[in-house]
Amino acid sequence: MADYDVIIIGTGPGGYVCAIRCAQLGLKTACVEGRATLGGTCLNVGCIPSKALLHSSELFHESNHNFNKMGIEVKNQTINWGKMLAYKDDIVFQNTKGIEFLFKKNKIDLIKGWGKIQSSGKVIVESKTYQCNSIIIATGSEPSSLDHLKVDEKKIVTSTGALVLNKIPEKLTIVGAGVIGLELGSVYARLGSEVTVIEYLDEITPGLDMETAKAFRKILAKQGIKFILGAAVKNATKSGSKQIVDYQLIKSKTNERLETDVVLVATGRKPFTEGLNLSGAGIELNHYGQIKTDENLQTNIKGIYAIGDVISGPMLAHKAEDEGIAIAEMLAGQAGHVNYDLIPGVIYTSPEVASVGKTEEQLKEEKRAYKVGKFSFIGNGRAKAAIATDGYAKILADANTDRVLGGHIIGPSAGDLIHEICVAMEFGASAEDIARTCHAHPTFSEAVKEAALACGNGPIHS
Amino acid sequence: MTEIRVPTLGESVTEATVATWFKSPGDTIAMDEMLCELETDKVTVEVPATAEGVLSEIIAKEGDTVGLDAVLAIISEEGGQNPKGIKVEEKINTPSEEPSDKPTTPADIEHAPSAKKLMKENDIDASSISGTGRDGRVMKEDVQANLNAPSTESKSPNQSQSNIPGSKVNPVDEEEQQQERIKMTRLRQTIAKRLKEAQNTAAMLTTYNEVDMSSVMEIRNKYKVDFEKKHSVKLGFMSFFVKACCHALYEVPEVNAQIEGDELVFNKFVNMGVAVGTPTGLVVPILKHAEKMDFAKVEKSISALGQKARDGKLSMADMQGGTFTISNGGVYGSLMSSPILNYPQSGILGMHKIQERPIAIKGEVVIKPMMYLALSYDHRIVDGKGAVTFLVRVKDALEDPHRLLMDI
Repeated sequence: MADYDVIIIGTGPGGYVCAIRCAQLGLKTACVEGRATLGGTCLNVGCIPSKALLHSSELFHESNHNFNKMGIEVKNQTINWGKMLAYKDDIVFQNTKGIEFLFKKNKIDLIKGWGKIQSSGKVIVESKTYQCNSIIIATGSEPSSLDHLKVDEKKIVTSTGALVLNKIPEKLTIVGAGVIGLELGSVYARLGSEVTVIEYLDEITPGLDMETAKAFRKILAKQGIKFILGAAVKNATKSGSKQIVDYQLIKSKTNERLETDVVLVATGRKPFTEGLNLSGAGIELNHYGQIKTDENLQTNIKGIYAIGDVISGPMLAHKAEDEGIAIAEMLAGQAGHVNYDLIPGVIYTSPEVASVGKTEEQLKEEKRAYKVGKFSFIGNGRAKAAIATDGYAKILADANTDRVLGGHIIGPSAGDLIHEICVAMEFGASAEDIARTCHAHPTFSEAVKEAALACGNGPIHS
Repeated sequence: MTEIRVPTLGESVTEATVATWFKSPGDTIAMDEMLCELETDKVTVEVPATAEGVLSEIIAKEGDTVGLDAVLAIISEEGGQNPKGIKVEEKINTPSEEPSDKPTTPADIEHAPSAKKLMKENDIDASSISGTGRDGRVMKEDVQANLNAPSTESKSPNQSQSNIPGSKVNPVDEEEQQQERIKMTRLRQTIAKRLKEAQNTAAMLTTYNEVDMSSVMEIRNKYKVDFEKKHSVKLGFMSFFVKACCHALYEVPEVNAQIEGDELVFNKFVNMGVAVGTPTGLVVPILKHAEKMDFAKVEKSISALGQKARDGKLSMADMQGGTFTISNGGVYGSLMSSPILNYPQSGILGMHKIQERPIAIKGEVVIKPMMYLALSYDHRIVDGKGAVTFLVRVKDALEDPHRLLMDI
């Protein structure tokens, strides 16, 4: 007889959420975790610690730049880096403990150690075999560095090392202008580092709505981050306590070099499947090294499923969570579903950037007639009071039916504001529907309403 | 191109089931020709063509539930005149393009995510649910209402089997294979709903009596030839009962009343419902202002309504506004029963089979054609005395129909 209905490998946001839902739906559930603490990348070395540093560095920045304007006179504010890191570690500790509590509450067994799949229904952890009806692989991803950049996590670091630098670097060079690089870049920029971002492509944040990416880059540049776009990093070498970064400007083929204290390699992430014995179990991968799954998230082996960063799709915690819930429901005999067209993406800089649905570029490619409703936070009373008027809310709607097709927001709390557009889109709402929904005053959300109004008869406050 | 839509179905009726299509796509349609039949809670409605041409597309299939004004079919004007002299190519394109265009561009709406999940789990198609969300979106509560409706279609076999590997096949499945599941008609659903509503709401109880039918039978035998000659309708028992009830209702008005909110509504007229069995179920057409009718009028009206009911052609107007009902279980041989109120009416008279029985009259046993009478009533409105008095008045009038003449 099987020991469990379900064994989930990995306790990141995909795995632990899946486990809780499985348990709630009456399945006997166990989770395998090799890390000392639960929560995976997200809680230990990703979303949560980075948000702690983003928040504290943001407040430091506020105190330097805006407090005085508002009549708060603070003198000689300094950073106690050690204390800031301790605060971050405490947040991580609280969150990972929280999952332990949730596991106990839901009677989920935690199997400590690195999991290995022997075959369908058999998981080996530390040489003990566990039998189950279904296996769910939720092992996530790890930073993918460039072969020629030797990461030592001290001076040449990935996002993991960037969260535990022993001091705030004077100069920080970031390879890759994606979400992770820009979030950590703004942390250190606000803490006083001179930050340079080198990106291979001609624009930052690939995949983001182009107008929004441009506007975002300008805001970051205004904050002091330097961008070198269209440049390939060739090498990073130690020179005393400094690092020398060699790069080539792709168009002109000219070779350049810069000197920096720390190099952050933020060139993306790759599925983490080491030690799982995928080939032994006969589980197929696609050519990106992701586990192949069907529409029910099942791998080519019956009874073995995979969710989150190890399969295709955006590498986002909330995507993994929703997949975890969908698979739990399917295993419990319900209909599970993830709407991949409506997964919001957020960049937790200041201001935040959030988007959902189609970009203008995608709509142009689809040859779909669309209209744009845009409203700048400069016209939003609440944003003015918060001295946070950079950015805008933009809604893309079908030119004929007025149905909302996408939303792109740069601005204060954009990551929270986007969900109104997500809900509207789940219900196939029109821009007018959003505009007709009463929004409280004064809130940042009014910018979303005004953008919706801009799709119709026009916004009020611009 | 003309869209054929669901016509007005009468007050409080918001949806119908497509019962039968008389025409198929491609058929040539004349103006006003019957296209299909819709079954509503109460009646069957025929839908005529509002244009002539060719039936190019049936959008609501048989068995589909359609809301008011929903599109049932599309008629294209094939071979019609071309008054504006439009170019020939365009004329050719019009009939072929438009109908094929229409169904392939469904309304650009998205049903609620929770509703989608529930529909998938229960194997329900969104088109079979009338959505209450904006622009007809199907919301979670719409699916729940559909599932809770008494008509639930046979559940998909997938549902009873969980996806969990190794779960066993339910032994009940074998028995299920020996069962036949048929979707309840709208009429049957409504009957079910109304009956339970009456039981759940009214404080219902029944009082019984019996009536010696000798006099009625005697009068009937005596006058039936002349009656039929003059009025072209047979003299039945129903006219006696309708008249007797109107007479008794005048004396006990609460049996002809109903409760609305915290008010009692007394009706100064009698709209007499006469339950009629049809092949699809029981319907109750109404004799409007029965108190003003003479015997011939009652018989003629009942005959006309009965025919309409059997043909399934009763209109909404024929069925609405009843204040009291007579149900005749006797035609099927029932000796005794307790009818259920036709809510919100407060009284219903049950007629039964006439049976020769020995009874004691003035100390002697005689054999008489007897019928048990039952009055079910809403005790919230009618007290025991009123109910018994009513039934005794009916009995008296039937045993001595001259009382009707004398108004006593």
